[in-house]
Amino acid sequence: MDLKTLTFLVVGATFALYIGIAIWARAGTTKEFYVAGTGVHPIANGMATAADWMSAASFISMAGLIAFMGYDGSVYLMGWTGGYVLLALLLAPYLRKYGKFTVSEFIGERYYSKAARIVAVLCLIVASVTYVIGQMKGIGVAFSRFLEVDFHTGVFVGMAIVFVYAVMGGMKGITYTQIAQYCVLIFAYTVPAIFISLNLTGNPVPQLGLGSSMADGSGVALLDKLDMIVTDLGFAAYTAQKMSTMNMLLLTLSLMIGTAGLPHVIMRFFTVPRVADARSSAGWALVFIALLYTTAPAVGAMARLNLMNTIQTGEVGSADGNLIYADRPEWFKNWEKTELLKFEDKNGDGRIQYYNEKDETFAAKAAGFGWQGNEMIKVDNDIMVLANPEIANLPNWVIALVAAGGLAAALSTAAGLLLAISTAISHDVIKGMIAPDISEQKELLASRLAMAGAIVVAGYLGMNPPGFAAQVVALAFGLAAASIFPALMMGIFNKNMDNIGAIVGMLVGLFSTLIYIFWFKGWFFIPGTEMAANNASNWLLGISPEAFGAVGAGLNFASAYVVSKITPPPPEHIQHLVEDIRVPMGAAKAQASH
Amino acid sequence: MSEQTQRQAYWSANLKLVALCLSIWFVVSYLFGIILVEQLNAIHIGGYKLGFWFAQQGSMYIFVVLIFFYAYKMKKLDQQFNVHED
Repeated sequence: MDLKTLTFLVVGATFALYIGIAIWARAGTTKEFYVAGTGVHPIANGMATAADWMSAASFISMAGLIAFMGYDGSVYLMGWTGGYVLLALLLAPYLRKYGKFTVSEFIGERYYSKAARIVAVLCLIVASVTYVIGQMKGIGVAFSRFLEVDFHTGVFVGMAIVFVYAVMGGMKGITYTQIAQYCVLIFAYTVPAIFISLNLTGNPVPQLGLGSSMADGSGVALLDKLDMIVTDLGFAAYTAQKMSTMNMLLLTLSLMIGTAGLPHVIMRFFTVPRVADARSSAGWALVFIALLYTTAPAVGAMARLNLMNTIQTGEVGSADGNLIYADRPEWFKNWEKTELLKFEDKNGDGRIQYYNEKDETFAAKAAGFGWQGNEMIKVDNDIMVLANPEIANLPNWVIALVAAGGLAAALSTAAGLLLAISTAISHDVIKGMIAPDISEQKELLASRLAMAGAIVVAGYLGMNPPGFAAQVVALAFGLAAASIFPALMMGIFNKNMDNIGAIVGMLVGLFSTLIYIFWFKGWFFIPGTEMAANNASNWLLGISPEAFGAVGAGLNFASAYVVSKITPPPPEHIQHLVEDIRVPMGAAKAQASH
Repeated sequence: MSEQTQRQAYWSANLKLVALCLSIWFVVSYLFGIILVEQLNAIHIGGYKLGFWFAQQGSMYIFVVLIFFYAYKMKKLDQQFNVHED
């Protein structure tokens, strides 16, 4: 069977499964729609959270990023997993105890202020919308590549599918669908990794394979071999640090705090039956996430090794050490069609030279070999995971599976984000501010309409992306880190934090981060409006815009603390509320004992 | 112990536990994975340099263990101070 038919079959079968689950788990009440009736087992919830969390970026882009960043890619691995420790220890159990539907509802009541709630809704919608644009774009790219339709049709198909199961099922439908999606995506991710690891090192476990010796009988460790190959061609060693230590620290911290502050992730912990389950559920989520995240560095390193070996077939500098362009493998040709991989024969010898022309010493040496520049003029990070099974000559069904896995990752994240957005609109804006007396049926209708509206907006922006996918993700994390996380944490851990302190803190965090990013990347990312060139010599204390979220969070904490000291403390009933959420014991009992 | 003081004792026990867990969280990622990475890279386990291993593998395993450790300890504290659910 050819690849296209097979892809249709595998992707079609998985979608039939998701939609079937959505119909089976239709939501009847607002509670089921928002939080799945708080009756989801912690392991099931952990699995759904993992699918919700791992987007197209985790599935498709991360291993590719690591392949080219090497050790520096650790910031994503540690940053996107370490946030769950913060969630489990600092937020999840208390928000579950509080027992409401949304993050902004908690902020509004804890800080006894509609203004605080509005600021929180604003931060939440901005963070979620920016994040969902990237997902819709990813869905469009994946559909158009594998179903061979044009990009716009791809986005439409994706919108229709998300619409069916997110709008009908709400949180209940999404939760069960996401469990199925997790199974598809983790299977699709690990199967090729196991084959490739076995192939290169003889060890079927990729996490161990990465630390093993090459199976070619040389006894050299895979990572040492990779260091050798890349440095021989003028690239920095794979295991060496290239980013400044300060930026590594701050970027990791920003990603961790941002993860713990992203509303669609926090919302998952309202779904478990008990407070104790909220703690362990975060642990289960991280187990399922770590399965992919500990495999990713192996996939990255092995893909890089395979890529280098494919092109540099013999000794560096020898006459026949480089691949003849006419003999290039099939996957090379396939990806050339997408223009994500580009070759230009600069010295006209019909062979491919792939090296670091920016390294002056090596460039001079390369000139001595008759090389006239790096001829792989484009190798897009994002193709590494998708091309991996082809590079390793795996059967077609594995390639079809990877397509289904990438789509599962993108769709599950998009659905979770859309739910967070529609809940913010129907529950926080409509029920909380405009029409508090709205009936349950009408609220449910409003949230379904809001979700349909959000899908249309996200689809439109996905088709007309403002051209800044990577920056947008950094922005979403920076904003969540700088605005939402500190407000939540202080609300629980500092009984004396008052409304004015929290609002000032959120605004300081939000705007300091926004302005710092816009300063170097252009106002609203419009090219040409940058206030200074985006390079290390212009950055404040050498801090890159992506890493600034942690600083914004620090400013939020500091300004909120100072303001709370000079403004009146919160009223007594709020202090009681805080004391009450700190213990798991039921709210009814706690009230009776006062 | 009155319920009020018991709750305060529970909360400070919780804060101590959180502080312990976050210290471990900091040590395995920021300290071993980033700040001391060069020094630790002098040590090899299998084909891994130790600092590199902490940054790309070890820290994540320890994060998982840490959350379950915290959940387990808190369950015990909930019982001990009689603030558990149901």
